[in-house]
Parts: sequence; structure tokens; C-alpha cells
Amino acid sequence: MTIDMSQFIAVFFDEAAEHLASLEALLLKLDVENPDPEALNAIFRAAHSIKGGAATFGFNDLTEVTHILENLLDRIRKQETQLRPEMVDAFLRAGDVLQDMLAAHRGQGEADEIAIEQITHELASFSNEDKPAMALKGMSIEIAAGEIFDINNLIAGLARYGEVSNIEHGDDEHPWRLNVATEQSAENILESITFLISPERICIQNGKNKINKEIEKVADTSNSQDGAYGFFEDAAASEPAVNEGYGFFTSETTPEPTVLLEDGEGFGFFTAVAAIVPEPTPIEAPVIHEPLNRRSSDRTVMEKGAEKATVSDKSDSSIRVSVEKVDQLLNLVGELVITQSMLAQNALLLDPVVHEKLLSGVAQLERNTRELQESVMSIRMMPISFVFNRYPRLVRDLASKLNKQVELRMIGENTELDKGFIEKLSDPMTHLVRNSLDHGLETPEVRLAKGKPAQGNLTLKAFHQGGNIVIEVSDDGAGLNRERILSKARERGFNVNDNMPDSEVWMLIFEAGFSTAEQVTDVSGRGVGMDVVRKNIQSMGGRIEIQSMTGIGSTMSVRLPLTLAILDGMSISVSSELYIIPLTFIVESLQPRMVDIKSMAGRGSVINVRGEYLPLVALYEVFNLPTEVKSFEDGIAIILEAEGQKIALFVDDLLGQHQVVVKNLETNYRRVAGVAGATIMGDGHVAFILDIAILVQMAQQITTPYLTQMAA
Amino acid sequence: MMSDNEVNRELLVFALGKEEYGIDILKVQEIRGYDAVTSIANSPVFIKGVINLRGNIVPIVDLRIKFGLGNVVYDQFTVVIIINVSQRTMGIVVDGVSDVMTLASDQLRSAPEFGSALDTAYILGLGTVENRMIILVDIEKLMTSADMALVEAIAA
Repeated sequence: MTIDMSQFIAVFFDEAAEHLASLEALLLKLDVENPDPEALNAIFRAAHSIKGGAATFGFNDLTEVTHILENLLDRIRKQETQLRPEMVDAFLRAGDVLQDMLAAHRGQGEADEIAIEQITHELASFSNEDKPAMALKGMSIEIAAGEIFDINNLIAGLARYGEVSNIEHGDDEHPWRLNVATEQSAENILESITFLISPERICIQNGKNKINKEIEKVADTSNSQDGAYGFFEDAAASEPAVNEGYGFFTSETTPEPTVLLEDGEGFGFFTAVAAIVPEPTPIEAPVIHEPLNRRSSDRTVMEKGAEKATVSDKSDSSIRVSVEKVDQLLNLVGELVITQSMLAQNALLLDPVVHEKLLSGVAQLERNTRELQESVMSIRMMPISFVFNRYPRLVRDLASKLNKQVELRMIGENTELDKGFIEKLSDPMTHLVRNSLDHGLETPEVRLAKGKPAQGNLTLKAFHQGGNIVIEVSDDGAGLNRERILSKARERGFNVNDNMPDSEVWMLIFEAGFSTAEQVTDVSGRGVGMDVVRKNIQSMGGRIEIQSMTGIGSTMSVRLPLTLAILDGMSISVSSELYIIPLTFIVESLQPRMVDIKSMAGRGSVINVRGEYLPLVALYEVFNLPTEVKSFEDGIAIILEAEGQKIALFVDDLLGQHQVVVKNLETNYRRVAGVAGATIMGDGHVAFILDIAILVQMAQQITTPYLTQMAA
Repeated sequence: MMSDNEVNRELLVFALGKEEYGIDILKVQEIRGYDAVTSIANSPVFIKGVINLRGNIVPIVDLRIKFGLGNVVYDQFTVVIIINVSQRTMGIVVDGVSDVMTLASDQLRSAPEFGSALDTAYILGLGTVENRMIILVDIEKLMTSADMALVEAIAA
């Protein structure tokens, strides 16, 4: 029977990516001075799991790097090596390299051989330099008779650990015998070659101590609790002189267990075990068994660690579902909502007395549909921590590159938002974070000179506000420089004046090709500009605002709707057309009185709303529609707020409030200026959803001709 | 006639005014009557608007207006051909669909250069069937072309 491995490989890739992510997160949280043992265990476990998976699927390059990483982590968690900041850096880079290698195996790009070589070397040097006491040890290895194996592979494997010499092809009982001069412990050597040959056949002689797996067998036979090794009895039975082993058998052979404590450095368990050693009793056998069966014992330790660890990925049960399936479900529910509202609308025409039962059924359908819709929607919701989690690393790397001290704080990471946003949000967010670090925060010297603490604060915050999710990136840095932005704007020929309110000045940095950076640095000034950030956020139906104060800091707030797929809207009519305005943009609606409407410069009209003059924009003018309502008094003015600006939109009539399923217009058509999407109304007709942010801009171009010239 | 399968084309033939056009039948999804459309603000006149095709928003193009052919009347006989091109669904309004025919390579002639009404870039050739001339249109190329304004220009 053949098993299709590809399905498991996909799972391995997913899991490995998760492990790498948790590895990174844990490393970043790690207090180098006083590392939390449980965190160290969790880090080790992540590396170990990747290695295990990689070995299973035959990704040898991955196995190699993770093996070295794992060894070093193992030594650190057993406090055999002191954790140092350089190590954390190296681990992080190792994570990056592994990520590249994973991507390469997935067929995306190619792994950087040099980087792999470098990181392997670096990790290995960390492992080596901390054991100056470890002189080269001569070890002789004997391989027992048994199945044929590739001796060249074995020699090559051993050669990685030290110098291999005296390769002899011996008698039938010990067909191979060789010496290795190495810094590694016998246990490490044993473990490294057990991949190639069953451990029962290996006998390593290291000075006085002879190490091989047969001790286990001895333990088994005396105890016979573990039947697993019984399979190998044949090979082992032919093996004499094995019992001197570990020195646990004090009564039998080596009299000093102290030698062991120094020599067996791979086994952290020895201190505890050694205490029991002086009294060899039959009960001891399982104790001996434990350190040898290292993997299983590690697992128990790790599992305990995982239970206590705060970041436990197995605590809540979940299933992996492809996004397409969820999207499909959402589409179907969307259709159901439309059908339901169609039914509801038609049911209104029926006589409630005659059709009482039908009407109550329709009412129940409405409730059920809404609940179904809500639960399907919640499938798509994910905590924003999926986006936030990538920033600790970014901030750390950038801060060290820019010589700045930054403390990153994250608030409201559990705020949920649509998965569609999660993916689209990371690019603009990265840009904002980079900007804050590069342009916002000052260097420690400057900060101290200004009387601020040397360490700057960068805060990522997410919260709900009304029907929106607000994500803020704020820093306590220098703030935006009004003068510089204005002079830059003049340089580029923008129409600006010194009396512009701050909020308008800040919005200038979102103009295409506008960079306030005095010089292009490694960090910013290449590629994406703030205009792209704004475009990305607008494409999600969101908007961005800036608050900034010189010397105090700045805050960029991104405001996004709760979900991409469904929104609450107000339907309005202009001539014979029907449009939907998202409720979130509507401040109020009013019936204009002629006395409140004034004209400005002979062209644009303004409306006085309680002392505030707002530009009055007629939708029929923006969309070039024939209108039946000629007088402002016959229609309705809707006060809209978008991007910090208010306008009054003049329409013929307000029809009502609906929850509408947003359909993407770009699936089959292109983007239409002023239209955010389309929806299907209860009668099956298509209605467009207005893009208020764009509409406000379009309105300005219509009422103020000089802006149109500028854009051209 | 059926000797060379590769060049035999199965075409849906439709009429625009007095002219007959053919498009690859594999691009055609369905044929339906003209329904009320929702017009798109500030769009070219030949883009009639969008319709709801079983939950999908589908743009409708009136080729009669685009090519300046035929009399543009919308009645119960007006036909909309729903086509699938480059993973998009679109509808084209034509005067009528006449038949489905197979055209062999020897019935095809290359199109001469002609005016601006229809850029020859979208003409695959001219087919002759018993005194009828069928203009073979590369509908995919035509519908995704810049002057149709149906597809967003690829950002540089």
C-alpha cells in the first residue's frame, strides 16, 4: 500500500511554520539574564518538533540545522551553557534560515546556501566554545554483526564530530571497529549514529566507560516492562562484555560514580540518579532505563512545560479549514440572506390575517438566517495578534540597526477582525511601524537631551469603536514636522498655505511621492510610500488618521469596518438610481432650508449646519445623473464624515436601512470611482455601495476647480 | 472539411446590424434576454451597467453601441451573450444570435486593414460560408483591451 505523503507534507509545513513562529515569539520574550526554564523548554520543543518532522520527510538540510540548534538549546536549558544575547540573535537568524529552507522545499524561492553555512557554523561555535574543558576524547566504536549498512555513511557522519581513525574490519562478531577523536560526549556520538544503525549494535568505548544500548536490554530483562527492544534480541544476544556500561552497576563494575558525573555530560538526569546509585536494588532498573530512553523522558518534561506555559497551542481544539471553504460558506449564507430578505419583502404584501402562519414562518426564517450569518461570520474572525506578533521581531531588529532604544507595547491583541484584513493589514502596518521607528523616535542621546527617557515607547493598540476596529500605532517620539512637510509640499507644487489646520497638513504625507525623510535610509525611503499605505487601507474600506504633536509623539489610527462581507447601509435614491451609503460614515440627515444654503465664489455651495459651513455636494452632479429634484428643499442632505472631513451629500430621498452583502465589483469588472462595491437588493436588482472617502475627494474636485487642475 | 481538427473552429455567430460576427463557442456561458441593468456612473456609454447573475455582479457591454452598428433598441428580442474571458464573466448585448457553425481553416481569410470602427488587432480573420462573411473576433482580447475599460489597467 502506498501512502500519499504529500498531504502530510503540507501539514508538516504548516506545523513547522507554527513552530518557527512560536520559537521566535518565545525567543523575543526571553529574559537573557534570567531565562524562564519553561520558556527554554518550549523553545527546545519547537526546534525538536521541526527536526523530527524534517527527518520524517527526509529534508536532511533542515534536520541538520535544527539538530545543531536543538543541541545548543538543550545545553542551555540544562544550564550547561550560559545564554547570551548573541545566542538569541543567532537563534532568531537560524529561525529565518529555517523559514527560507522551508519555503524552498515548498517550491518558493531558493534557500541561501551561504546563510545556512554561516548559521550552522555560528551555532556550532557556540556549542563548542563553552566547553573548553572538553579535550579531544578518543573513543573506540564497535559495531556488532547484523544487517548490512553503509559504513561510508557512518564514517562521514562521525567525521562531522571529530577525526575518525583506525578503521578496521574485524571479526564476525564485531565486523567494524573504529576510533574517533572528538569533543562530543559518547552519548552524543551514539545518538548521532543511531539514525544509521540500530543502537543495539553499537558499542562505544570511551576511556573507562563503555556505552551502548544493551544496558537497556539488561534493564529490560531484569525488569521486562518494556517490550519494545525485544525485537533486537538476536543481535544483542551475541554481544558479550556489555554489562559494565554506565557505572550505575556499581556493585558489578566501576566503583566511582563520580567519574560518570563528569563524563556523561549529555544527560542532565545524572545528578538525581547518582544519588540513588549507592544502593543498587532491583527497583533501580527502571530508573536506569529512563535516562537512556532519552526521547521519551524529554517528552514528559516537555509536556509538563507545555501545560504550564502560557502560550499553549494545544489548549483549545481547532480544525484547519481552507479559506476557500469558509469563503464559499460565507457566499452561500450571503445568498441566503438575500433570498430571505426577498421573501420578507414579498411577504409584506400579503394579508397578515389570512397568511398568519406563513408570515410567522418568514419571521422565524429571518431570525435563523441572521444567527447563521453571525456564526459563519465569526469563523472568519481572528485575533489581531496574528498581525501584531510579527512586530516584536521587526522592532527589535530595527531598533538595533538604528541604534535606538524602544519598548514595544501591544494592547488589545485579542481584538478580533476579519481574516481577510489580517492578511492585508500586515503590509501597511509594517510600514507604519517602520516609520515610527525611523522618523518618529529619536536616538537615546537626543531623547536624553530633550529630557525624555532614553528608551522610547512604541505602542500598538487595537480596539472596537462603534462599528469599526481601530488600530493605532503610536510613539512618543519627535512628532511630525509641520514646517518641513509644508516646505516639501510647496517644493512639489502642492497647493498649501501656512494657515492650514494640522490635520490637513498631516494628510499631505499620504500624497504620492511625498517623503519627509531627509535621506533614504536602509529602513525607509525605498519602495512603498505612505500613499500606498493609504491606498491599501482604503481598499479594505478603512481610513487612516494622524494625530501628532511636536516633541510629544504621533499616533496613526487605522479605522477598519468589522468585516469585508456585510455592512449596515442606508439606501438612498437619486433620480431613478438606488445607492447604499455605509452607516458608519453618516453623521446625520436633514432637510435643507434655502436660507442655510449659500454659494461660494459663484460656484460651490455650502450649507450651514448649526453654525458650521459644510460643502454641499449633489450626488447627481458627481455621478452625472439626470435629476428630478431641482430644488435643494425637495431633497435630503446627508452629513457624511470621511478622512476627518465633513460634507453634505445632497440626494433625492432616503429609503431605509438595510444590512447588505457586499459584492466585489472587481471580480468581473474594474474599480469604479466613488463606488466601494455592489449589493443585491431584495428584488434581485443590483445597487452600488458608495465609497464615501473617494466621493468626498471627487466632490472637492467638482466644487473647487483649482483642485482639478492640480491633479492633472 | 473536417480533416484538420485543430483549425476547425466552432463559432457562435451573432448579428450586429447587417454584419455577422463569430466568437469561440467555448467562451460562451449562456445566452439570455436583456434585463434591466444598474447603470454605472461616469462609465463609457457602451457599458450599460451591471446585472445580478445568480448572485454575481456581471457587467453588460452593448457591442452595438461600441461598434456603432445596428439600431440600439431594447425589446424582448434583444439578446445578451454571457461570456467567460480571463476568469471574468461579462455580458455582451447583440442584435441577435443566428447559429453555431464550424469553420475550417480553408474558409478563413485574414482581415484587411480597416478603419477605426474595429481595430484589426481583435480580428482573427474573415470566414466565408455561402456568401455570408463572418467576422471572427478574438473576444478575449477585445473584452480585456484598454479601450473597453472593462478591466483595470495593469498597474506599472
